[in-house]
Amino acid sequence: MAQSQEEILAGLADIINEETGLEQEAVQLDKTFTEDLDIDSLSMMTIVVNAEEKFGVRIPDEQVKNLQTVRDAVDFIHGAQD
Amino acid sequence: MSTTSDARIVVTGLGATTPLGGTVESTWDALLRGTPGAKTLTQEWVGQYELPVRFAASLATPASEVLKKVELRRQDPCAQYALIASREAWADAGTPEIEPDRLAVAVGSGIGGVTTLIQAWDDLREKGPRRVFPLTVPMLLANSPTGAVAIELGARAGGHTPVSACASGAEAIASAITTLRSGRADMVVAGGTEAAIHPVCIGGFAAMQALSTRNDDPATASRPYDVGRDGFVMGEGAAIVVLETYEHAVARGAKIYAELRSAGLSNDAYHAAAPEPEGIGASAAIREALQRGDIDVSDVVHLNAHATSTPVGDIAECKAIHAAFGDRVDGIAVSATKSLTGHLLGAAGALEAIFTIKAIETRTAPAQINLEEKDPAIDLDIVHGQPRTLPDGDIVALDNSFGFGGCNVALAFASV
Repeated sequence: MAQSQEEILAGLADIINEETGLEQEAVQLDKTFTEDLDIDSLSMMTIVVNAEEKFGVRIPDEQVKNLQTVRDAVDFIHGAQD
Repeated sequence: MSTTSDARIVVTGLGATTPLGGTVESTWDALLRGTPGAKTLTQEWVGQYELPVRFAASLATPASEVLKKVELRRQDPCAQYALIASREAWADAGTPEIEPDRLAVAVGSGIGGVTTLIQAWDDLREKGPRRVFPLTVPMLLANSPTGAVAIELGARAGGHTPVSACASGAEAIASAITTLRSGRADMVVAGGTEAAIHPVCIGGFAAMQALSTRNDDPATASRPYDVGRDGFVMGEGAAIVVLETYEHAVARGAKIYAELRSAGLSNDAYHAAAPEPEGIGASAAIREALQRGDIDVSDVVHLNAHATSTPVGDIAECKAIHAAFGDRVDGIAVSATKSLTGHLLGAAGALEAIFTIKAIETRTAPAQINLEEKDPAIDLDIVHGQPRTLPDGDIVALDNSFGFGGCNVALAFASV
């Protein structure tokens, strides 16, 4: 069952908040994980695994490096849910 | 700032989170009031695994009430406790301005990140390798508390992690003497931490019959020197001191609690866990501390004993104290504070160092509890019932710590 992009963004913001302490409002579509949100590669792996569980998708390791912005992640998850 | 091989070292900051309180002040107050930390455990696993020991001395103020959610998630409890204690110690020292290259950290832990390791094993078996938390390895390392404190304070002069079981915290403080006198740093944040109230640790210690099984009355279970003692009570927490050269402390106008005069270290080379029964190694450590500190035994008025409340260990230490002090043993007020705190394992030596420092500062030796019928084999001047006032003038007090693997550490503190 596919979720809307807004729902995925909100869910992703919850995961990022849990992992890094960043406020949910800071997690916006145009933000980059590394530069803007200061998320390191170890945290990113945890976020990916938690997102897989939350959204019922598989995000292959080789795909993770392509997820530069929050929008990249939301779009990938949205596409994978279809 | 230059240092020499005989530079005086002083204590200028104290921090702790313990079964008696979330700070040094609250811990010391509860200690003097005689309020013990041991309580029946309420975790689900206690009943689930039918553990033979169902109580421990857990933190009075849980880390979850102090730290941010992210800190709790990204640090093993042993590092969480070290962070709490080091923040207090650093603030107590006046949040000093210091070049990062002149500040070192030494935080010992006996067991390290056992909770993290076993959680990862559970996750691997139940959910697969992708669910193993990516920070598992850095969190389970015994030096993760040292790393966390170094990052917190920006300490770049070295991060050291002595691992000597229940002497770890004391050895960390001893190691700071070397670091400071070698001139590698002007300040060292040193101490110990432990977070091992976990079913595996309780099961392991219980299997070797090291723990008291007084499940029906936890508050009276830790009873060093009493004929009814039947093992130690597991505690947890962290204790951190800020140490610096006297010259450095005076130059920045720091409040000085006491002088860290010297340390003695030895090994029993006898048994993996049992102390050498005559206390030969322990007395060697005490004598070394006295010798290195150029301490006249008649100046020693107080000793915080290791005294874990095990039948064998308390007697071996008693013999060691007699061997080291001879006729002067009668003039030493001996405090067995594990009767109140439980045994904080790798943090114990550092917490008892703080008690020793506070005893010098306030001229008060804390009283032990639960001494109802003294073991006739124990011939020491034990402070019990009421805290005892220590004499005015220049005094010296010792802190003994011993650990599995035969490790013995004695620290000597003096009034300034």
